[in-house]
Amino acid sequence: MIEKTGVAPKDLFMQEFPADSDVLNDPKAIIECYKEIPCNPCETSCPFDAIHIGEDINKRPQIDFNACTGCGICVYNCPGLAISVRHLKGDKAVLKIPFEFTPRPAKDSMVNVVDRGGVVITTGKVIKVQDGKNQKQTALLHIEIDRDYIYDAITIEVPHGS
Amino acid sequence: MRIKEHPILSFDVDEMINFTYNGKALQGLKGDTIASALHANGIKKLSESIHLKRPRGFYCAIGNCASCNMVVDGVPNIRTCITPLKEGMVVENQVGKGRVYGT
Amino acid sequence: MEHKEVVIIGAGPAGLKAAKSLLDAGAHVTIIDRNKKLGGQLTKQTHKFFGSEKQFASFRGIDILELLVQDLGRYAERLNILNETSVVGLYKDKVLSCVKHDRYFKIKAKRIIMATGASEKHLPFENNDLPGIYAAGAVQTLMNEYGVKPGHKVLMVGSGNIGLIVSYQLMQAGVQVVALVEAASSISGYLVHASKIKRLGVDILTRTTIKKALGTDQVEKVVIWDVDDTWQGIKRTERTLHVDTVCISVGLAPLTELLMQVGAEVTYVRELGGNVPIINPYYETTVKGVYACGDALGIEEASSAMVEGALTGMFVAEDLGYTLEESTQKIKALKSELTFLRSGPHAEKIRTGYMKVGVKT
Repeated sequence: MIEKTGVAPKDLFMQEFPADSDVLNDPKAIIECYKEIPCNPCETSCPFDAIHIGEDINKRPQIDFNACTGCGICVYNCPGLAISVRHLKGDKAVLKIPFEFTPRPAKDSMVNVVDRGGVVITTGKVIKVQDGKNQKQTALLHIEIDRDYIYDAITIEVPHGS
Repeated sequence: MRIKEHPILSFDVDEMINFTYNGKALQGLKGDTIASALHANGIKKLSESIHLKRPRGFYCAIGNCASCNMVVDGVPNIRTCITPLKEGMVVENQVGKGRVYGT
Repeated sequence: MEHKEVVIIGAGPAGLKAAKSLLDAGAHVTIIDRNKKLGGQLTKQTHKFFGSEKQFASFRGIDILELLVQDLGRYAERLNILNETSVVGLYKDKVLSCVKHDRYFKIKAKRIIMATGASEKHLPFENNDLPGIYAAGAVQTLMNEYGVKPGHKVLMVGSGNIGLIVSYQLMQAGVQVVALVEAASSISGYLVHASKIKRLGVDILTRTTIKKALGTDQVEKVVIWDVDDTWQGIKRTERTLHVDTVCISVGLAPLTELLMQVGAEVTYVRELGGNVPIINPYYETTVKGVYACGDALGIEEASSAMVEGALTGMFVAEDLGYTLEESTQKIKALKSELTFLRSGPHAEKIRTGYMKVGVKT
C-alpha cells in the first residue's frame, strides 16, 4: 500500500506509537521511517540517547520512549521529515511537526490539519513557531488539535498543495 | 515567473540586465543565465529543430543536451542554459545549424 | 601549452572532495567546470541530505557546497579553478583541449580525474520535444539557482528520489504539482520523500505513464494512461490533465563521452545508468593516469560521490609519490563509509551493477 501511494495505512503507523496511549501524556517522538535507507541524523542529534540505529546506518531507527523527552530536535534534523512529536493534554493533543514552507503560520492562527493522504481532517491552533538557526530552515510548528486526531493528523495544509 | 518568497533560499537581487531577444528589449537579473532570463520573461521556445522546424526549449539546464542553443551576439550554438546573461547581449532564435562569422 | 600536475574535470561533490584529498597531500590541482559556480548539482539541492555525519547528513546540499569550498580555501596557492570552461577533447598523452568563452587552449596533465557526473535521461512519447517538457533536475536548477518558476502546473513523470524531491521543491517555490506518475507498480525512491508530498496533496499514480503532450509552441495539456504488466498503455484509460510543465525524472546516465574519446574501456551496465568505465581498485581507468569517480562511474547519491572523490584523490596523490599521513586507516574508513552507503535495500541495483564491472562494494 505505502509503496504504491506513499500513504502509510493505519495498522502500519500505529506500530510506531507506544502500545499504551498513556505514554503520550508526556511528549514523545513518533518515527515513521518504514524502509531501510542509509541515514542516521535522528540518532546522532538526540541529546538523550533515545534513538538507536547502530553502526549500519541502514537499520531502521528504534526509539526508547522512556528516554525520549519529546524535545523535537530529531524532528527538524530528520532529512525525510518523517518524525513528529505527539502529546496528549486533557481533551487536546499537541503535535510538533516539521515545516518548510513560506509564509510560516502566525502564532495563535487556525490551520487546516491533514492526514497522511493529504485530506483535511480537522482544524488546529498554532501555539508556537520554533524557527531557530540550528534548525537550518526547518521550522517546528506546535499545533493544538482535538485529542481524537492524535494518531491521524500528520501536517498542515499548505497554500500551494494540489 | 520569478519566485518571490522561498522557505530556504532568498532571491533578493534587483540589479537589472538589459538585453534583446529577436530585436525586442527585455530585462533579466544579475545572476541569470540567458535561458533563465528568457524563461522569467515567459519565453520557453529557444530554437527550432533542424529538419522539422519543431519548437525547442531547454531540457537539461546544465550544459549537456544542446536543446537550448541560440545565436548570441552573432555566434550560433551558444548553450544559453549555462551562459551568464550580460548587459547589451543580442539573443536570437537559432534556425538550422547556425552560421559562423562571415560564412 | 600549460603543464599541470592534476586536472579534475567537474567541480561537483566528487571533484571537490578529490581536490581536497590531493591538496591535503601537497599536490597542485586544477579544477575545470563548465559552470560559473562550483558545486555541480549541489548548487540546487535545497533538501537536507541523508547519510551519516561523515557525509554531512542533515545539512542541505547548498550548505554542504559552502563547506566543501571553504575546505579548499586555505590551499589557494596550489589550487587553480577554471570555471565556465568546457573540456572538448581528451587525448591519450593526457592533453585536454578546453574552451573558455571564445578562447581555445590546451593543458597537459600528469594525472586526470574524471568527475563529470551524469545527465538526465528522456522518455519517448508523442510531442516529448515541446518546450515546457524539462528534465526534473533542470527545473530544480531553474528554480533553486535562478529563482525562476518553470510554470504554474506540473506533471511529474517518475518516482525516483529526484522526481519526489523536485515535486516537493516545486511546491516550496509556489508551483502546483498536479500529479506524479510512475509506470512501475511501486514507488522507486525513498518512501519518506513520497509520504512528504502525498500528505501535501500530490497524487502518486503508480502503473501510470504519460501518453502524449499537446500544445503548439509549448505544453498546454498532457494525456496520461494506465500501463499493464508488460508496460504497454491500456486503451480507454486515457485522462487529460491541464498542465504547462512536464518534468521528466526517469533516471540518469553517467557522462563518459570524454572517457570514450580517450580510449578508456567502457561497458554498458543498465543498473549503473549506462556506459561506465572499467576501473581498477584505485579508481584508475584502463588509460594509465586517467581516473574516474562519482556518478561518472554509476548513478548513486551525492554522499557516495563525496566519499569516492576523497578516495580517488588519495589514490592519485599516492600514485604521484606523495606520502599521506595515516593513509591506510583513512582509506579503510572511507571504504567502510561506502560499504554502509551501499548496503541498504535501495542500493541493491548499485551493488548488482558494480558486481558486473568487478568493483567490490
